[in-house]
Amino acid sequence: MSRALISLLCGLIFGVGLIVGQMTNPAKVIGFLDFSGQWDPSLAFVMAGAVAVFSIAYRLALRRHVPIFEKKFLIPGKTRLDKPLIIGSLIFGVGWGLAGFCPGPAIVSSGFGEPRVWAFVVAMLAGMLVTRALRR
Amino acid sequence: MTIVNFTPFSALVGGALIGLAAAGMWWLLGRIAGVSSVLGNAVGAKGSDLMWRLAFIGGLLAAGIVAATMFPDAVHFEMESGYLQAVAAGLLVGIGTNLGGGCTSGHGVCGVSRLSVRSLVATGAFMASGFVIVFVMRHLL
Repeated sequence: MSRALISLLCGLIFGVGLIVGQMTNPAKVIGFLDFSGQWDPSLAFVMAGAVAVFSIAYRLALRRHVPIFEKKFLIPGKTRLDKPLIIGSLIFGVGWGLAGFCPGPAIVSSGFGEPRVWAFVVAMLAGMLVTRALRR
Repeated sequence: MTIVNFTPFSALVGGALIGLAAAGMWWLLGRIAGVSSVLGNAVGAKGSDLMWRLAFIGGLLAAGIVAATMFPDAVHFEMESGYLQAVAAGLLVGIGTNLGGGCTSGHGVCGVSRLSVRSLVATGAFMASGFVIVFVMRHLL
């Protein structure tokens, strides 16, 4: 139970961060990606803020060897560069630029009541699940 | 190139909150807060694995609902794309993040912080294709 509560709180803080940083505003995201026109560099600062905090916390946490409420740290195991990583990331970037949403902000802004966001989220889930099924 | 709508302060604060939430998931539960993986792997998960995933997603959603209903002035939202474009983009994001094993949070924030080579390459790739598609849409079409 406490694990679910921690996840809920972290999700909530994560969501508030996305809203405050305006990652949940598609126009802002596209303004960041519009490098050659009128450029809004704000999202680079969102990323910098997040990376600054997490890169320190990540290393401090590892000093303990185990997380506080779990038996081990689940460090992503893959280290090799491969085709799915690169092709998948390129495809993701196209979708990101097309509507101005990546997965986290899309979920958060589903709460804003705009049906076009719900359409995006349903399509995103379908894309994830079909790809996962085909890869098995 | 001209700089417009630049909001460095709120961007840094928002980013720090995202980093804090990711730090909480890591320090307390040993999990990487990568939204595409948390969501994608929730389908088919069972028991406590399913619970923490749903709880995290629920927290994200709750942030959106609470902000929009209680603090509407704090929510900036401007969406140009119609349904067709939203669905196409959603499909591409779903397919791409599953193939690439992560999105802006898992690769872009957590992986970059860990200095994971895979995440650095993935982040460079999705930024690059994002820049290209926006350039094409805004300046060529």
